[in-house]
Amino acid sequence: MLAWTIYLSFAGALAEALLPKSRPALARWFALAVAVAGLVLAAVGFATYGGHGRVVFADAAWVPALGIRFTLAADGISLVLVLLTGLAAVAGVLFSWNIEQRTNEFFGFYLALIGGVYGVFLSFDLFLLFVFYEIAIVPKYFLIAIWGSTRREYGAMKLALYSFVGSAMVLIGLLTSYAMAGSKSTGLVELAQANLPVSAQMWLFPLVFVGFGILAGMWPFHTWAPTGHVAAPTSASMLLAGVIMKLGAYGCLRVAMSLYPHGMDPWGFSVLGIGSWRAVFALLAVIGIIYGALVALVQTDFKFVIGYSSVSHMGFVLLGLMTLNQIGMTGAVMQMFSHGVIAGLLFAIVGRIVYERTHTRQLAELETMNLGKRMPFAAWSFVIAGVASMGLPGFSGFIAELQVITGAWTTSPWWAVSVAVGIVVGVAYTWRALQKAFFSDRHTDPHLNEPGHELAAITWPEVTGVVLLLGASLAVGLYPRVLLDVVEPAVNALLAGGVR
Amino acid sequence: MNGIPVLTVLIALPALGALVALFAGKRARAVAMATTLAALAVSLVVWWHLPGDGSIGLVERWAWAPSVGIEYHLGADGLSALMLVLSSIVALMSVDAAHRVHRQPNLYFALVLLLESGLFGTFTALNFYHWFLFWELGLIPAFFLIKLWGGGNRGPAATQFFIYTMAGSAALLISFLGVFLATKSMDFVDLAEMASKGTLEQQVVAHLGPVMTWLAMGVLAGFAVKVPLAPFHTWLPAAYAEAPSPVTMLLTGTMSKMGVYGLLRIAVPLFAPQIAAMRVPLLVLAVVTVVMGAWASAAQKDLKRVFAYSSVNHLGYCMLGIFALAVPGASLASQATALNGVILQMFNHGITAAALFWFVAMMQERSGGQRGIDEFGGLRKPAPVFAGLMGIVLFSSLGLPGLNGFVGEFLIFRGVFALSWVSATVSILGLLITATVILTVIQKVFAGPTPEKWSGFADMNGDDRLAMAPVVGIMLLLGLLPRLVLDTVNPTVVNLLAHWRF
Repeated sequence: MLAWTIYLSFAGALAEALLPKSRPALARWFALAVAVAGLVLAAVGFATYGGHGRVVFADAAWVPALGIRFTLAADGISLVLVLLTGLAAVAGVLFSWNIEQRTNEFFGFYLALIGGVYGVFLSFDLFLLFVFYEIAIVPKYFLIAIWGSTRREYGAMKLALYSFVGSAMVLIGLLTSYAMAGSKSTGLVELAQANLPVSAQMWLFPLVFVGFGILAGMWPFHTWAPTGHVAAPTSASMLLAGVIMKLGAYGCLRVAMSLYPHGMDPWGFSVLGIGSWRAVFALLAVIGIIYGALVALVQTDFKFVIGYSSVSHMGFVLLGLMTLNQIGMTGAVMQMFSHGVIAGLLFAIVGRIVYERTHTRQLAELETMNLGKRMPFAAWSFVIAGVASMGLPGFSGFIAELQVITGAWTTSPWWAVSVAVGIVVGVAYTWRALQKAFFSDRHTDPHLNEPGHELAAITWPEVTGVVLLLGASLAVGLYPRVLLDVVEPAVNALLAGGVR
Repeated sequence: MNGIPVLTVLIALPALGALVALFAGKRARAVAMATTLAALAVSLVVWWHLPGDGSIGLVERWAWAPSVGIEYHLGADGLSALMLVLSSIVALMSVDAAHRVHRQPNLYFALVLLLESGLFGTFTALNFYHWFLFWELGLIPAFFLIKLWGGGNRGPAATQFFIYTMAGSAALLISFLGVFLATKSMDFVDLAEMASKGTLEQQVVAHLGPVMTWLAMGVLAGFAVKVPLAPFHTWLPAAYAEAPSPVTMLLTGTMSKMGVYGLLRIAVPLFAPQIAAMRVPLLVLAVVTVVMGAWASAAQKDLKRVFAYSSVNHLGYCMLGIFALAVPGASLASQATALNGVILQMFNHGITAAALFWFVAMMQERSGGQRGIDEFGGLRKPAPVFAGLMGIVLFSSLGLPGLNGFVGEFLIFRGVFALSWVSATVSILGLLITATVILTVIQKVFAGPTPEKWSGFADMNGDDRLAMAPVVGIMLLLGLLPRLVLDTVNPTVVNLLAHWRF
């Protein structure tokens, strides 16, 4: 049934193109209906999942000569990410309710993007996964280039180029493994069992890991992320941070780590204490966490703060993956969900709720606007979202980061301690942005509180979107077993299947 | 207790009250008043239903996320219950004192109630995960109460308060992760049990290497910021001074106790041998806190800062009493005396310091916001009742026999003298300086000729007297009959000491 999330989204995208152009409201409601249907399917699939192993729901020969199959399946990790995609898709439509320019096309691209994302998370054939991965990137480019804002052509082009370089690396890896395996199959399970020579895995692993890692915002290949986030229209930044970056991390886990487990073995020598690709990527992740946080601390543009915070938070995912133990990797998947929900929410508040009313994202200008009083809903939503983003207990971020740090500590205490520094800086940048944007005392214009200066009222799609995303983060924070019970067996299966 | 989850009820009550207050508009204060009164009643119920042997009772325990050691585990012993009663009383006092909140009263009282919920949770949670949840939950309302209703310099004060506490929390969190990794448990009771058998250290060393001292330092740092212990106290004077006085009452009366409580519930039970090894530097810091706090308070001109530093000094006695327990070869009797003193001092300081800041709030209301010591003079004549009641509170803070402040400090000093006479002797300096400071305040504010501008200084009216009478009543009652508290606290003290491995 989960396969229908993909079909439905692509069908919705096509239908958007056929709907009358003169009726934007129809396009909106239709997109919302498709997104909600996707979420319902994802939720039902999540709830009815028996709890163990991989469930295959579509498997047909596609290009028999090359052994390519149309295999759709899900394990616990896929399910969590599909659920996240469903949530982000609905919230994204809600926060795009004010798109008036070429509404049909916007939602058409939007739904195509969502369909591609569902496809990546559900593909268990490497070639199929790659196809969906590319499908997700193309609409992304148009969403930014047409409906974006600040330096949109530059942002869109940079994102596209980075993605394509990453894809090219992945493609080389894909073709090489296929050739070397000689099993005449591109199925992920078959390739993982092909036992490629260790020497080949040693270079394939970093190639493919970096290829996907680029999209996950891995330092130092993260620079597309802040500019892309800022240039994108709100719902696209939400998807970019919320699910597209997860595509990268998911690829790292599902492809690079599962197919080339020996690529993470020690080299046999060490340079400055680093003796394997695993240590290299863990170090890059730790640098990303701290660097992203420090850079976020000095941004003057509100959206850039959130953009760099995404780099920092995705560092937790990559670090969690590199711990190669159950708790750390579970934490990585939890962090993917958590960051998807929270970053989406932060971008929505900054880009939609605040920017559409103030027409500025400069913290220095927002400071003078007394927004805490004039937009209490936005202010307090940001407070709660900020608290969640800082990783305070009660929200999903806490349990995720807790697990990642615990896992990292088992591997090397220094990782854990360095990450703690990142967390403290995270508190600082979130709080700085919060204070400047909403609770500053520098009101230069005394007339702001008088009638005639009211900001447009908060609309129902905005409230619904905020409640949806905050509710998800809170639910997982207060009752983490909802996800843990599904993720843990899947991670165990991966670890037992060779990923060490 | 008949299957009613009374502690859950107690934690949920202010949180629900906060929600109601948020939508109650101008009636928010009435909602807050009713909620805090009900919370006081429930916490007294907890106090009366404790097990007689000083162990942890009223336990509620449910699985939450077992694979990461998370449980919903609540319980209370004499120490917890006393802190619950203290928090309820101080919250009630704070709401009572805050009758001049005109800007967004609904938000103000909702935040105060949320803070109360965080306090109740912190004092009853027995699993690190949800203890930490409440520990942080208390912090966020406190930040906004300072940030939105504070004085002229509130922005930097609130930020400094927040960042310091969060840095402390991060150190605490990392240390606890280490403990969890080694033991696979986050349960305070289980971990204390392991620590008292010595298996905690064995497991940590086996899993993580010789890091026990580092873990202990991380945990101590988290609590040292909150209490505060010198040199981690620098956030305090600004935060206390800039917060609106009713909020300062909560900060000093209850939130500083979270730190001391954490030391007693978490740091000492788990890391007693490490604290014993570090006892000399720790005792030095405690003595510095006592003497420096008193000394700095003598140099202040702003009444709020005077009492802020004096709070540092008073909590220094608690630190002194706790760290002195770690002296080798200590007799159990002296340890019990000191620890009884520490717990009593926590309660007494909470009540007394909150009352002092309440009086400062009243002085500000009556004088158009002034609070410099030198601004006032001769208030005894226009406002005799005010002077009399504030005098009693000041003398309680000074530690006059017959008032509550005396008993705690006396017990601490009696215990510490037997354990470490050097630190006790040096700390006496703190007592002397504090006495001078308090007497100076009394002299400058109440005695002397009455300046023209204060001849119309309004005395306390009926409402004020009615509100303050029970507070002063508690001070007198506990000064004369400390056993009302000690009878319940002492079994807990004996029970705690029996498990600690100094």
